[in-house]
Amino acid sequence: MKAVVVGYGMAGARFAEQVRAYDSDVELTVLGAEPHYAYNRVLLSTVLAGGLTVDSVGLHDEYWAEKNQVEQRIDTAVVGIDRAAKVVRLADESVVDYDVLVLATGSRARMPLIGDDVTAFRSLDDCARIVARVRAGTPVVVLGGGVLGLEAARGLAGRGCRVTVVHPKARLMERQLDAGSGEVLRRSMQRLGVEIRLGVSVEKHVPGRGVELSDGSAVPAELVVVSAGVRAEDRLAAAAGLATDNGILVDDRLRTDDPDIYAIGDCVKGSGGLVQPAWEQAAVVAALVTGADPRARYTGTPMVLRLKARDVDLAALGEVHTTVDDDDAEVVQVHDPTRGRYAKLVLRADRVVGAILLGVPDAAASIIQLYDSGALAPSDRLALLLGRALPGAPTAASPGDLPASAILCRCNTVSKGTLVAAWRDGATDLTGLVNATRATTGCGGCKGAVADIVAWLDAAEPASPPAAARCA
Amino acid sequence: MSLSGSTVAPREFPTNRGGLCQKGWTAGSLLNMAGRLTSPLVRRDGQLVPVSWDDALDLVAGRIADLQARHGRDGIAVFGGGGLTNEKAYLLGKFARVALRTSQVDYNGRFCMSSAAAAGMRAFGVDRGLPFPVTDLDGADVVLLAGANPAETMPPFVGHLSGADLIVVDPRRTATAERAALHLAPRPGTDLALALGILHAVVADGLLRGDYVAERTSGFDAAWRIAAAWWPEQVERVTGVAASDQRRAASMLAGAGNAYVLTARGSEQHARGTDTVNAWINLALALGLPGRLGSGFGCLTGQGNGQGGREHGQKADQLPGYRKITDPAARAHVAGVWGVPADSLPGPGRSAYELLDALGTAGGPHGLLVFGSNLRVSAPRVAERLSDVELLVVADFVLSETAARADVVFPVTQWAEEGGTMTNLEGRILLRQQAVDPPEGVRSDLELLRGLAVRLGQPEDRFPVEPEVAFEELRRASAGGIADYSGVSYARLSAGEALHWPVPGVDHPGTPRLFLDGFGHPDGRARFVPVEHGGPAEPVDAEYPLYATTGRVLQHYQSGAQTRRVPELLEAVPEAFVEVHPDTAIEAGLADDDWCLVESRRGAVRARVRIVASMRTDTVFLPFHFPGDQRANLITNPALDPISRMPEFKVCAVRLVRG
Repeated sequence: MKAVVVGYGMAGARFAEQVRAYDSDVELTVLGAEPHYAYNRVLLSTVLAGGLTVDSVGLHDEYWAEKNQVEQRIDTAVVGIDRAAKVVRLADESVVDYDVLVLATGSRARMPLIGDDVTAFRSLDDCARIVARVRAGTPVVVLGGGVLGLEAARGLAGRGCRVTVVHPKARLMERQLDAGSGEVLRRSMQRLGVEIRLGVSVEKHVPGRGVELSDGSAVPAELVVVSAGVRAEDRLAAAAGLATDNGILVDDRLRTDDPDIYAIGDCVKGSGGLVQPAWEQAAVVAALVTGADPRARYTGTPMVLRLKARDVDLAALGEVHTTVDDDDAEVVQVHDPTRGRYAKLVLRADRVVGAILLGVPDAAASIIQLYDSGALAPSDRLALLLGRALPGAPTAASPGDLPASAILCRCNTVSKGTLVAAWRDGATDLTGLVNATRATTGCGGCKGAVADIVAWLDAAEPASPPAAARCA
Repeated sequence: MSLSGSTVAPREFPTNRGGLCQKGWTAGSLLNMAGRLTSPLVRRDGQLVPVSWDDALDLVAGRIADLQARHGRDGIAVFGGGGLTNEKAYLLGKFARVALRTSQVDYNGRFCMSSAAAAGMRAFGVDRGLPFPVTDLDGADVVLLAGANPAETMPPFVGHLSGADLIVVDPRRTATAERAALHLAPRPGTDLALALGILHAVVADGLLRGDYVAERTSGFDAAWRIAAAWWPEQVERVTGVAASDQRRAASMLAGAGNAYVLTARGSEQHARGTDTVNAWINLALALGLPGRLGSGFGCLTGQGNGQGGREHGQKADQLPGYRKITDPAARAHVAGVWGVPADSLPGPGRSAYELLDALGTAGGPHGLLVFGSNLRVSAPRVAERLSDVELLVVADFVLSETAARADVVFPVTQWAEEGGTMTNLEGRILLRQQAVDPPEGVRSDLELLRGLAVRLGQPEDRFPVEPEVAFEELRRASAGGIADYSGVSYARLSAGEALHWPVPGVDHPGTPRLFLDGFGHPDGRARFVPVEHGGPAEPVDAEYPLYATTGRVLQHYQSGAQTRRVPELLEAVPEAFVEVHPDTAIEAGLADDDWCLVESRRGAVRARVRIVASMRTDTVFLPFHFPGDQRANLITNPALDPISRMPEFKVCAVRLVRG
């Protein structure tokens, strides 16, 4: 059998890897439009921030295809699909025949603006272009206050650029955030040196000078980075007569209306631009195509969004817009703009169905796991929501307040009660207590606590002079 | 420690700095405890009855000859332990290969150190727990402990960490985690992903030691290509460890002047334990720690002689000196020392779990000799197999759960009643002097081996009974090997010399720090091993919704066969318990102190509920020291690591049932 993958991004590459992981003898051809081997798009914002270099984000190297017996063509655009002949046509007019075709064509950036100083932020080449153009102090406008736009803005600010985010909506990331969290995020970004302009759009771009906004103001910019959303790249599918509607339509096997053609990743209708669903879809199609698991189905991926921006810890998942007014939901909410924290937890039937977590990183980690697993949430919601921010239990003020059963020396299982009993038996100093109970003789970590007990006992039950001393 | 009568006194020593925990303080009471075996026992009409040593030895030798006549040489198997002295471990391997000529020999360290050992060999070309003296840790600024709980398992050792900020990786908030500057609590079975996430953070945050990676290592690119797909937020979703905490761990380690990464069983006892250890080593290499004075990577050894026990030939694939049994030069050298033809030595045999699993089956061994191990409690799913063998012989000093089911039991000496060397976690060879005479009727394992060997037709002097004579032979057998003891002598050790292997000559000062000039591979470079996360072998589901993880408590050791016989220790922790989050307990209808059953697909363990608020809601914990229906290995998953053959002790899917 011959499988052909159109698109060599994160979805297409993962599909190829999965097929080979099943050790199948499927003949595999991968066709990529970009002049690069598959790379990790998720890491582009880290490249922009300067953490990684352009050449450190590769998923595959030049040996991968040969090692895995994959026919691999990069810098190769597919211009058409002939479903009757079961071939794809390439830009050089050659054809590649298939038994099974997998479309992983991804998405393309919306570009409300074009020009010499304007670039998208979508591909490795975009990324390289931006990095080459900026240095500390460069004024940059980022058009779009969604996830990618904010990651780009934060990264460029980290390089010392003067960054302004222009966002036509009333709040940042309006699809993933509610009003309260949007506002806390705006403040956090501004504190990190990113100027935020909300509710305005770009009227005009003047190359070399900057942009003019709809409210009449102007923002200087040597470079405009456009991150105004993406559109599923379904044109190839549509031209081949496959059903599309702002994305390719598929069933739960990820099959299009042609049973020999599958689609995975961002080109599928309803994909959120996240990598997790793309990877899970790649695994399902690989299991089906190789026959490794004919019953494999894609049933959806819980959507969890994590903003990758240094010093801004933001997670948004599931039902983010549910409010306290919803009678069927339990909503727990903490709003702390001063410290840049906002936490909202939405539960139904004791299970996490949504959350927005800004500035509470350890809470985000446990809540995401509860959301993914569907497990019952702990009954102490506030503790869950605040994570380590929750003040701990007060420590006992005096050794006298400890229960007798409290273990002070763990190495030798010595409780406060044992120490008190030893004291009353005549071991009325530190050395005596140590000899009688072996407390402190292991790791020694309890020396302070045992000394406190000695001081406390000395005050509470002073040792009476030994009998012999009295006689003398 | 030193001993007068049966009273223990601590002694200043680098490892424990003169400290002892409750197990050490009470070790003396093992010497005159009730229930000490003093006569060989033979099963007659279902009962173990005392017989003379000669009768027992004659009987066993005869049964062995009969079994081998009917089932071939591999019809008999030998099982050793990481608590045996170097001399015993060495002669046990020799006994199997020379007197029995069976390939079927392995030991309980397979359930303990084998993943760390295999990973160390892959990365460094040498496996020594700590390739530096333990006292080097005193100068550490930051120490990452992966799956290690020394505050309970090795309390005096913790003193070495008191100056460092600790990063503790453990699903539980253990006594060690409570001391941590940063506690990372991954979902059980996801340590490998966590190590990848921290490595990713090291690289993405610009903390990679590129100069070190270029000069002293190879294989970074392939390892990074995998770690590149595990950015911290992705890892967070799998492990439950906050992305920011992963980055903080990376920056703490990278920012420290002196830093160490140390692993233990929590990261190792998995079906991907070897890969997991290599993931931690990759992290250490990216930070430039191994082979740098004052920093490094190491693993904490589990048993008394966990290091030496894995060097001298009681492993299925190994000959003395940490040599490979498949290496013709190694076979020739060792056969020469033993005075036998090289081609008479058997090849590699089954590893522990597979060996036990094959007992009594067609093609498997039908007899088993057990030394220093309580298999019925410590090995997974072994009870049935043990009852299927025709001959079970156990050498022990108490009637352990395994000995109680044996056909023949030999009463042997214990720690203070015999001399011999042990090799500690830092590769330092220690001489333990005999302090007391054994009780009447008790003999050493070495005497037992000679008694059997002679009856099997071996010359007497091939199986020395004096530990020092055995050690002299071990020196020659290990000469030129990775773990070269040829320059070590009882005289040097008695004189107080601190000798860390390799010690290739009598004038050689030993090697306290192994990798300062280069690693053990021929090119001197350490290897990044490309490792990918795969998750626990048995994920949770609707039927078995909780992860169970297993471990130790301070008061007990291994199967508890010894420590459960010490009244103070048994009183402190008398029975199996299961630690459960309060909400998880409520969901299961359980309250504190209730008895419950922890059920997996393989069986059920009875344990008393302990409500522990710091537990993850998806995880329960059980200690593994208890016998009968309280033994944790009734439920653990025997999925094996493909390289080390370590079973997945540390995570399986369970449910809680009132019971």
